[in-house]
Amino acid sequence: MKVGLFIPCYVEQFYPQVAIASLELLESAGVDVDYPLKQTCCGQPMANSGYQEFGEGPAALFRKNFSEFDYVVCPSGSCTLHTKDHIYSGQENEPKVYELCEFLTDVLKIKELTADFPFKVGIHASCHGLRGLKLAKPSELMGVEFNKPKQLLEMVSGIELIELTRKDECCGFGGTFAVLEEAVSVGMGKDRIKDHEEQGVQVITGADMSCLMHLEGILRRNKSPMKVMHIAEILNAKVSKTQKQ
Amino acid sequence: MKATPTHAAAAEEFLKDDERSHWHDDTLWHVRTKRDVSAQKIPEWENLRTNASQIKDHVLSNLDQLLLKFEKNAIENGIEVLWAKDADEHNQHVLRILEENQVKNLVKSKSILTEECGLNHFLEDKGYDVVDTDLGERIIQFNKQVPSHIVMPAIHLKKKEIGDIFHEHLGTDAGADDPAYLTEAARQHLRQKFIQAKAAITGVNFGIAETGGFVVCTNEGNADMGTHLADLHIACMGIEKLIPRAADLGVFLRLLARSATGQSITNYTSHFHRPREGKKMYLILVDNGRTNQLGREDFRNSLKCIRCGACMNTCPIYRRSSGFSYGSTVPGPIGSILSPGMDLKKHSTLPFASTLCGSCTNVCPVKINIHEQLYKWRQVITKEGPSQPSKKWAMRFGGNVMSKPKLFDMMGNLARKSLSISPRGFVYNSFNAWGKHRELPEVPKESFKEWYRKNRKQ
Repeated sequence: MKVGLFIPCYVEQFYPQVAIASLELLESAGVDVDYPLKQTCCGQPMANSGYQEFGEGPAALFRKNFSEFDYVVCPSGSCTLHTKDHIYSGQENEPKVYELCEFLTDVLKIKELTADFPFKVGIHASCHGLRGLKLAKPSELMGVEFNKPKQLLEMVSGIELIELTRKDECCGFGGTFAVLEEAVSVGMGKDRIKDHEEQGVQVITGADMSCLMHLEGILRRNKSPMKVMHIAEILNAKVSKTQKQ
Repeated sequence: MKATPTHAAAAEEFLKDDERSHWHDDTLWHVRTKRDVSAQKIPEWENLRTNASQIKDHVLSNLDQLLLKFEKNAIENGIEVLWAKDADEHNQHVLRILEENQVKNLVKSKSILTEECGLNHFLEDKGYDVVDTDLGERIIQFNKQVPSHIVMPAIHLKKKEIGDIFHEHLGTDAGADDPAYLTEAARQHLRQKFIQAKAAITGVNFGIAETGGFVVCTNEGNADMGTHLADLHIACMGIEKLIPRAADLGVFLRLLARSATGQSITNYTSHFHRPREGKKMYLILVDNGRTNQLGREDFRNSLKCIRCGACMNTCPIYRRSSGFSYGSTVPGPIGSILSPGMDLKKHSTLPFASTLCGSCTNVCPVKINIHEQLYKWRQVITKEGPSQPSKKWAMRFGGNVMSKPKLFDMMGNLARKSLSISPRGFVYNSFNAWGKHRELPEVPKESFKEWYRKNRKQ
């Protein structure tokens, strides 16, 4: 099983620690993982802005970069969804695309982790992963509860997972929506943060760094002590209780 | 003609009143929560949605035949059936009926279709007294507004504001905002109007092809009160409101009120089949752009909509920006996929007023893939809508950079370097919408590629 690690463009540039944590998680699970160095972006920003045709160049490059792999794994629900919907068409000879959490739970069927993270953590359920990839049961749909990111976080020792009032409300990032609809976007972000704050969350985590980048932007502007961390960083964390103090 | 403000501008205006926007958000979230609780009690909920969606697929695929069948059966029942290709033809039909029957006073129960056709203004300009009898609609009629929500038309107003409106129009005590007191005042006022009215206009929730009858759902019984007292009943129906059989009604009635407000059923579900002895019943079947939408492969199933408003209640953008920010008769997610089909230019910003979170699609009782259609409208608008050269240039540039790995790495390095050395005032300028209320990410000492080259690839 050859796995190609796909790191979203902005994560590669601004959040290398998320990419490193994703890589180390896969390596420590014994996966034959490689990171194709010629990768750039899946083309989602252009497509979601209504310019799908300008995403075709990046899509062609993507297919070339990952042609030799059995699986493409990516630490972002949104980019994974775009890749599945717009870069591949579900053919036999194509690599199978997985978001990191679902790869760990569904393909590797991880049952335990050595991670240690003694903090109060709130899960931000990013929409594309939640509703597009079905990483968890959205609150609107009736049926049996499941939650893959939560399932993984529960394997982390010391962690205290905090329940939210609105467990899967959108944070308002939405790609170019964040700047085109700045007022609504920031309003939504602030409301999400308030929910985490009121429940005493110390770290907001999630499977999409883009949502977290938006929330982090608001937190830092308001000098909040709350932090954001990608789920891969927590699943790969080795924070001992002494370090915490 | 005044230019329509973009959704973003209208939303920003609404959000300036932080307290009101949060009140609006909480109020609608409460309705969404009631919907969840109600749906949870139905074990077969998701199957019901699938069923409803499939029935509507059948309707849309056989609309021509079903409409003719519906018309034939309605005529046999003694209903006079009229067809209207657009809003104007619809309004002219209503006017002619009123003239022929020498009616000056009429009451109207809630009908989003008549809002879409601008019927009230049309008739008022001709000297008719049109009284909306739905409480919420009467409030906004007094306030000279249009509905901000299709199920709860006055949801944007607070009790206190309604008290002020009633004080001005109905003479209630100044400052009184007790709902029971205000509602009683409205009842007394409307009772007079019901008695005076010679014609009652209603909308139609479901037309039944098999029987030629139709169903009107209200919570206040105002449609019944109006139609029972008046000599003539004019029912206005969008041609997509059809269902094949009476047996199909159960599927939709179980979904409609639960999705809309969390009620198991609307208080009044009235079945109309034929006029009473000596009275008249008219049914106007309105196209007004619906057949155009039916012809658009990607957007046709937006016509499945049963107007429950669930997508509005769940939409985090609607809740924070209110119905008026959409500038269309049907606001919110469903309005954002219906309205561009009516006027692409006017409504070109609506499909962008979404994060594509997909919650609308999940609550929709007839499973319209709303967020996917928003995405598809975006592709249409960038080609056929108002041109946006700078956005287009930026996206083409982005696509080019992302197609060339070396260029991408170079641009990335350049961006990180310049961000780390630029003075704050240079980065956080008025062109940086991101930075208005948010910090940009901190610049790391190396990119992942740089780290990977050092630590993994020798």
